[in-house]
Amino acid sequence: MIVAEQKPIEEIIDEIKGYQKILIAGCNECVTVCEAGGKKEVAVLASALRMYFMNQGKEVRIDEVTVERQCDHEYLEELRNDMDQYDAVLSLACGVGVQFMAEKYFSTPVYPGVNTCFLGASEERGVWGERCQACGQCILGKTAGICPVSRCAKRVLNGPCGGSTKGSCELNKDIPCAWQLIVDRLKELDRLDEYEQLTPIKDWSTDRAGGPRKVVREDVRQ
Amino acid sequence: MRLSYPSSIKIIKVPCTGKVDLIHLLRSFEKGADGVYVLGCLEGACQFNNGNIRARKRVEKARQILETVGIGGERVQMYNLSSSEAPLFARIATEMTEKIIEMGPNPIKLKRKKKAA
Repeated sequence: MIVAEQKPIEEIIDEIKGYQKILIAGCNECVTVCEAGGKKEVAVLASALRMYFMNQGKEVRIDEVTVERQCDHEYLEELRNDMDQYDAVLSLACGVGVQFMAEKYFSTPVYPGVNTCFLGASEERGVWGERCQACGQCILGKTAGICPVSRCAKRVLNGPCGGSTKGSCELNKDIPCAWQLIVDRLKELDRLDEYEQLTPIKDWSTDRAGGPRKVVREDVRQ
Repeated sequence: MRLSYPSSIKIIKVPCTGKVDLIHLLRSFEKGADGVYVLGCLEGACQFNNGNIRARKRVEKARQILETVGIGGERVQMYNLSSSEAPLFARIATEMTEKIIEMGPNPIKLKRKKKAA
């Protein structure tokens, strides 16, 4: 999922303080799972902002809505009839949702309520860790299901580097060395001989190096 | 025992303090409560293992938010006691009431009254 965390309330207040009618829009997908921008978080933020503005003696209308996904036309369209009631939208979706909202409602200012962090997994309750950098050319099949692009600080493809110590990264002992994890798992899978094979130079043009990316599927395109 | 405690306190029963969510705490202030305190079982004695620990974290979060929005984080508190501690229940009620009286009314309640007048 896309992992995000809510911006500090002070920063959000600073973004929207000039508006009188604000819609806080949550998203039912990734940001709900990582507890940054789902229905609950929308309600909490709306309540906090209402109290703030009331305390400031300002009359600000703050409404709440949470759509299924802010990255799909059909769900964002649900807001079409109500949008003209608002001066601004505070979107608690990831950066994709915020941008899609801004594209769709071109004349309404849209502000982000969360910082989008990475593609990750729920490691435990309240802890999310990065697992993917969407490099566009997956090599997990060759690295025992552990990604050196996202989990190695240097993105080393033939690792580990000299900084790997007792299974930890030289950046921080709490970061496991991705290549140590790869070797451990290859051993477990009885495929350690694959470790001997050198990974060729990766084509980074499918990563951000090639500019903004697009996937086009003619078989499903209308 | 026939202990008395301040009549200004309104008790809201929940099956476990783990049921108390952040939004419940914030909404009560939004609606004008001057103070809210959560009474949970003793830590380590939760029938559902960690309901009271969760409640404490939510109270802490509510406190941070209330402080940020200018209502005052001290208006929300968490206490732990067992169901047999009636004198402590009455003492906490008195202590909390005194604290809130000292802090004064919820500022947004005052603003709302002023606006209505």
